[in-house]
Formats: sequence, C-alpha cells, structure tokens
Amino acid sequence: MAGLSLEPVAGWGRHPVAQGTVARPERLLLPPGGGSILPRGLGRSYGDAAVPAVPGTLVLETARADRVLAFDRDKGTLTCEAGLSLAEILRVFLPRGWFPPVTPGTRFVTVGGCVACDVHGKNHHRDGSFGGFVDHLAVQVADGSVVECGPQLERELFLATVGGMGLTGLITEVTLRLQPVESGWILAEAQPVPGLAAMLDGLRDAGKDWAYTVGWIDCLARGAGLGRGILMRGRHASRAEAPSGPLPEPRRLVVPFDAPSWLLSPALMRAFNAAYYAKHSWRRRATARPVPYDGFFYPLDGIAGWNRLYGRRGFLQYQCVVPRAAGREAVAELLDRLAAAGAASFLAVIKDCGPESDAYLSFPLEGTTLALDLPYRGQPTETLVHELNATVIAAGGRVYLAKDAVTRAEDFAAMTPRLPEWRRVRDKWDPGHRFRSAQSVRVMGDSP
Amino acid sequence: MKVAVIGATRGMGRALARLMAERGDALCLLGRDAGELEASARDLEARGARGPIATGRLDLAQPGGFAAALDTADQALAGFDALVVTGGEFAPQDALERDPVRLERLLSVNFTATAVLCQRTAERLALRGGGTICAFSSVAGDKARRNSYLYGASKAGLSAFLEGLGLAYADRGVRVVCVRPGFVRTAMTAGLPVPPFAGEADAVARVVLRALDRGTPVVYAPPIWRWVMLAIRLLPRAVMRRARF
Repeated sequence: MAGLSLEPVAGWGRHPVAQGTVARPERLLLPPGGGSILPRGLGRSYGDAAVPAVPGTLVLETARADRVLAFDRDKGTLTCEAGLSLAEILRVFLPRGWFPPVTPGTRFVTVGGCVACDVHGKNHHRDGSFGGFVDHLAVQVADGSVVECGPQLERELFLATVGGMGLTGLITEVTLRLQPVESGWILAEAQPVPGLAAMLDGLRDAGKDWAYTVGWIDCLARGAGLGRGILMRGRHASRAEAPSGPLPEPRRLVVPFDAPSWLLSPALMRAFNAAYYAKHSWRRRATARPVPYDGFFYPLDGIAGWNRLYGRRGFLQYQCVVPRAAGREAVAELLDRLAAAGAASFLAVIKDCGPESDAYLSFPLEGTTLALDLPYRGQPTETLVHELNATVIAAGGRVYLAKDAVTRAEDFAAMTPRLPEWRRVRDKWDPGHRFRSAQSVRVMGDSP
Repeated sequence: MKVAVIGATRGMGRALARLMAERGDALCLLGRDAGELEASARDLEARGARGPIATGRLDLAQPGGFAAALDTADQALAGFDALVVTGGEFAPQDALERDPVRLERLLSVNFTATAVLCQRTAERLALRGGGTICAFSSVAGDKARRNSYLYGASKAGLSAFLEGLGLAYADRGVRVVCVRPGFVRTAMTAGLPVPPFAGEADAVARVVLRALDRGTPVVYAPPIWRWVMLAIRLLPRAVMRRARF
C-alpha cells in the first residue's frame, strides 16, 4: 500500500470527516501485517460507519473488485466480488429478467455494503432484509485467512457479518439470490393520507397485496395534520402491464457545488413540503400506472451529489424503528419532537417492517421505521438525536447504524439486546479489533 | 470480432473486455495469472458473452512464449482477427530511478516485448488477409518530461513502432490502433496526484472500442488529451526546464 496519500473520508451525510489512507484495489486482499483496516464500499452509509477512527487508518474501498464470478441463469443465483454495485447488477441482469431481491433507496451501493448493513427496502414487510437472500459469503478475517460462511456453514460468523458493519472481516465474495421479474417497470400508486393513523393503517393494508410500500410524510405538519403525507404502493409490472418499448435511460443531474445554508431554512422546507403534498393531493390517481423502476426506487439517484444540497456542514440522517406493540404513540411522539424542533428537512420516510432477522445487529424489527434528514447544526442537532433516541429506547426500538453518526455507546447497548452475542463472535474472529471504524469506537467502545 | 486480449483482468483492459463481451465479440484472454484469467473469463460470460471465454498463458516478459500464446488464441477463436494489448508495466519515476532492474524490465516489456508481439501478430494477420492490432501506449510518450521520461520513453518508442507498423501493413489489410490514454483513475495510477482532465476506465473503453471498430490510427482517451498534449508539445524546451515541468 505504499505511495497512497491521505485523503478526506466521510459518509454520505458529509459529517464527520476524517483523513484516511485510501486503497482501491481490484483484488480484495488484506495487506500483510496487523494494521487496522476499515472496509468501505461506495460510501453511501450516511454517518461514520465507513469513516476511519484514527487519521491515516487504511481504508479499503472495494468498488473496483466488481467481477461476477458465477451466475445460474435458471435460479438467478449470483456469486460476485463484494465491490459489485446494485447499479451494475441492474444494468447487466435486469434485461435478462432478474432484479435485486432487496434494494435500499440508492442503487450506488456495493453488494458487500448491502450485506454489512443488512439493508432493507420497500418490500421489508413481505421479504425481510438483504441477508435473507445471501447463501454464502467469503470473509477474510483478521488473521488473514479466508473463511467461507452461510446460513448453515460457520453460522455464527455469518450472523455476525450480516449487519455487522464490516467489523468481523473483509467481505470478499457474496452469493445472493436475485428475484425474477417480467419487466423493469413498477406498477405504482400514490395516495394522499391526511394523518398518522391513516398512514399506519394504509401501510398495513397495502402490505397485504403490494410487494413494495412506503410513505412520505411532511414532518413539519403538526396537530391534526401530524403524519400527513403520501402513501406509495408498487409491484413489478408483468410483461402485459409494461409499456412497450425500452425503459427510458435514467436521468442524471449533477449538484456541482455546496449549497448555501439558507436553502434549507425552515421556511423554505415548509413551503417545499406543502407543495409536495399539494402536488400529490391534486394528482389523485385511483389506478396504478407503470413507472420506470429507477424513479420508483431511486428518486434521488437522478441527482448526482444531492448530499451537497445540505451545504458544507453536511447532515445527519436519522432512522429508527419502533416495535408494533409500542404503537402509534411512539411514532407520534417522535414526529412531534421533530416538528417542535423545526429541524427536519424535506420529507420523512415511513415504512412498516416485517419480522427481524437472526443476524445479531440487523436493524429492522416488526414495527414502524422512520427516516429523515437533519441538516447538521452542531450540538443542537446532536442533542435532538439523543432525545429521539430516548423515545426509541423507551419504545423498545433501535437506530440504524448505516445512518448513524452520534448515538452514544450506552444508548446503542440499550437498543441492541443481541449486542453481547455479536461481541462474542466478533471477538472470536478478531480479538484485536483490527477491523474498526469511527462508529465502532463510538458505539461499541473499541479503542481508537 | 474475434479478439485476443492481453490485460483484460485489470483496469482499462477489464472495462474494454466487458464492452466487447457484452456486444457479443468472441474473446480469448491471455496473461500470466491463471486464477485471475479464469475469474475475468467467468465475469465476462456472466455479463452476456455469447459463448465461453477462453484463456491462455502469456507473459510479456518472455517473448519466447508469444508464438504458443498466439496459437492458443487462434485455436480458441478459430483464427482471431484482432489483438488488444492493454497490459504493460508501470512505476513512478522515482521508483524507476532507484531500481535499475525494475527500469530494465519496464523498458523491455513496454517497448521490446510489445513490439515483438505486435510485429509477429501483424505478420500472422497479414497472411490471412488482415485484421486489427490495438495497443495501449500513453500520452507520456508524446513529450518527454523530467518527472515521467523513463516510463514515457518506453511509450514513445511504442508509439513510433505502432505508427510504422500501421504504415507498413496497411496494404496487407492490417490496421493498427495506437491508444494514448491520458491520466485515467485505475489501480495502476493509485496514489499519484490526479491532474485535471483525469478520466475513468469505462469512458476510456468506449472511446477505444469505437477506434478499434474504425481502425483509427491514433486515439486519445479521454479525447481532450489530444489537445492537452498538442499544447504541451508546443512548449519550448526553455519553458519546460524553467517551469520544472
């Protein structure tokens, strides 16, 4: 790794930033010796999950290791190097009728990152998270050996690696099952809903018949309008339902510079949210219509560098899940706190999750998840997150490490009943905590 | 097209091989590391290559093995009609200054061996009515600079050779494409300061593929480097020296 220079490394939220020694190899291989390593994919986790704890730490970016190693055309089983992106999987395999089994809100993520974060998508209520579709992993662990693991093979290492934030070893190969689809079109419906109760009921009802559901809520609305928003439903269009002709090419706009801070002032955001709601209320559609998959799943991928809209100080994304038993009171309390703080941004995303996975640190659990952007304003923003966390802990919920940048170790432990199990397995494979990040130092108490 | 490729496991060669496989070209990958060749062959097959991708052993540092490697490609492809050489050696100037063994290896692989391979291939293609030879030189060969002349000289020699080869074999149906990449972000250039106009491997591959189809004698990629190098070539020696360029 000689000759590599220091460069700034940050998550997608651009806060915090640290200097790392970044390697972008074409073959995933740990360097000899015992130095600290931080695996990193395409850098779409928002907080400090892929940010070095100590300046100069070796950051191993995996995106150049992107070869497909095997593909079963009958079953749709794909084995690839961990740096392959969902965007590339879609480009290559969608024309042949295969789609990622689970996709987060951006396609610019690596398969290795999807495993490490055990990502979920709009089909979580029906299909669960990414790890449920992974048959096999190759992980290069701290002592340099490559360990094969899966749901049956070295099960503990598998369960610690899925959702393990890259802290059990370097994921080098992944085997996952793609899902068959008949077209690249999504049959989608958008429906305005006046408040939180209607949104939660709507998500649950829609989930019975629709593969994909999600709600966008205006989190600046309060009182009777608390939780008002748009409920979206979708499923893959059949060949007959899809428009004839090719899918339109995804559009790409670019944000060329950091936006000025007034752009995200509360007044402007309130106006934006109201306009967004009005647009969808006005364009009421009783029937589903086909839309290209990228507009449905990846609305923000069309704007390269949209994270710069939050200006130089960056932003935090806050995502939590509260169990269904805690009910809508917990969600209402979170939304109320946010509205009171006036600190939230364009929109919040709300989604109902299905049962939790066996992976120790996997985020989703049966209940309701809420995700929103908070422009970073220093201490007040961090205080707000701690307050939100208190509500989440009281409700028996947790936060998503792929988004998190400020949660305290004691709060994370309180949210994560399976943390001791995960620690035991991690310590077995990496007793010296060779794999670590700013996040693991912050929430798991690793020494920096 | 039926193409023998050297360097398809990495960087620009990998990107170019993917474009060729996806559009249905038949490929034979030649190189040193059998495991890497197999991994890349599987990758190209999964990405939509029309048939199985063949591999064969070729080490640019051992010209004695060239004939056998070309035979392998000929057998696998029932006579290839294009050779692409993206492989070669690279090291920063200071490393080459310090290490004469490495310098000798770089000069001999990038110039001597590549020229021998292309010359042999040109004759082979001419005997069967023609074909295309596409080799990766570099903008570093366009103008000697104090901080890259060792690598640059190997590529300057290669560029001159390819120009002559194209002229010599044009009548016998062999087209020669000299690719001159500017700075491209790949594993090869990791750690080097990134200049303006730096390119990405995928974009370079698209430019090269078009040139390969058309038989363009000299292609800069990204294309802006044609004009960048024109300007640099016009700089007087005194300016180059004083600007420590």
